[in-house]
Amino acid sequence: MTTAYELRCKGCGKTYGLQPLSICEDCFSPLEIVYDLEYARTRFTRYAIANGPLNMWRYRALLPVRDSYVPKTPAGLTPLVEAPRLGEHIGARNLYLKNDAVCMPTLSFKDRVVAVALANAQDFGFDTVGCSSTGNLANAVAAQAARLGLKTFILVPADLEPAKILNTQVYGATLVRVDGNYDHVNRLCSQIADRYNWGFVNVNLRPYYAEGSKTVGYEIAEQLGWRLPDNIVCPMAGGSLITKIRKAFDELIALGLVDEKPVRFFGAQATGCSPIAKAVKGGTDVIEPQRPNTIARSLAIGNPADGMYAARTILATGGWAEDVSDVEIVSAIQELAETEGIFTETAGGVTTAVTARLYAHGRIQRDELTVSCITGNGLKTTDCLNGAYEQSEAIRPRLADFEIYVEEHGATRQQLSTAGGNHVR
Amino acid sequence: MSVKVLLPNAFQKHTNNVREISSTATNLSELVTEIEGRFPALRQHLRNEDGQIRRFINFYVNEEDIRFLGNEKYSFKEGDEVLVIPSIAGGCV
Repeated sequence: MTTAYELRCKGCGKTYGLQPLSICEDCFSPLEIVYDLEYARTRFTRYAIANGPLNMWRYRALLPVRDSYVPKTPAGLTPLVEAPRLGEHIGARNLYLKNDAVCMPTLSFKDRVVAVALANAQDFGFDTVGCSSTGNLANAVAAQAARLGLKTFILVPADLEPAKILNTQVYGATLVRVDGNYDHVNRLCSQIADRYNWGFVNVNLRPYYAEGSKTVGYEIAEQLGWRLPDNIVCPMAGGSLITKIRKAFDELIALGLVDEKPVRFFGAQATGCSPIAKAVKGGTDVIEPQRPNTIARSLAIGNPADGMYAARTILATGGWAEDVSDVEIVSAIQELAETEGIFTETAGGVTTAVTARLYAHGRIQRDELTVSCITGNGLKTTDCLNGAYEQSEAIRPRLADFEIYVEEHGATRQQLSTAGGNHVR
Repeated sequence: MSVKVLLPNAFQKHTNNVREISSTATNLSELVTEIEGRFPALRQHLRNEDGQIRRFINFYVNEEDIRFLGNEKYSFKEGDEVLVIPSIAGGCV
């Protein structure tokens, strides 16, 4: 390898150097980035990382950007938090949450992948970038392209949540609503990318873009004190993230930053769109496409691009995949918020509900170190909670009115007067 | 009866840059045979070692995945537009 990284076909192994290309011209399998790990060994060290910036670019030695690249779009380095109160509810004693609901700048883990994709879009000289999106990617592309001064064409299913549409248009992006589901949008994007010389982050820039997902894995390991967890629970749409976290762990082991350890990977989907979970449950990596029908629209990909690789990752590591109903998704969003103070979107509801089920079914043992990946923010999908909470009549600004209100809502004056009893004035 | 078939850029190296053909095939099986007959260089790339169409190649008829229409059992109709897309992109979670 003459460069620090290059494109290689996941199917036949043919290499392609560095170009905006995602499909092998010989076997039509997807391309991915591989690294010269010996070169990385000198630069990807615990010391170098600790002295790097407080964002995902601290891991740049294993991201596909040139040595001379100056990052302009900080993202990542989100909290890894213990979840004892959620754990108590679901029978877990060593559960952590990787909280990308607060990933910057647009509150989803897509900020990571877009940061890498747009670095390469600029490197290849594209002045226009685009994507097909179920929402979070649209937000991330629109925001970061605005910061870099790139023109944007973003295609989304017409029925997308209003907050995700607004969160794209506010950055000045050209938003094209398509009468169809994500798979229709995606297909149209493939045709557009064939016709126009634009940088589509999840089409011709996809191999670069997908590498950004590895930073979730690097961060988990670093935040655990440079060790790997026993289990990862990860949402699946196209199926890429779960494979990239595994790739990150494998690279960390290869470079000696963590001790080798078997990590089991668990995938989470909504029952209304569960092609990968169905394959895993059938013990196969052959994905049958589905027509999505779920409130978890950010996971509603019926023909997942990396489904085969996701299923292989799960099956090869002794993990499992589960799928949960829309009702369970909403309950899990509420449970996560009420126990850990994290408000996630529907995809996070899927992950949380599946995590609970994996403990309930004994697939994950209570003391195992488990990380559940929360990938997006609840403020983007508030419509799924419409009607969930009653709004009471407004009271007058009088103490008497407040005390009547409290009594009507189940508390006594006695409780009220002692509620602050431990407070030292 | 004929259907319009749109070929992806990824095929063009093997099709002398032909991007669109008209076909009289009546179903998917016939269509693949016709494409291979017209572009012999494409054959070894379309099929794997077992002679099966590679898993990453997707066929769509008028915006619908042909697998939802019965796959090889689907009979093409006059005016159908068939789209071939290798390695469908998209998604990342």
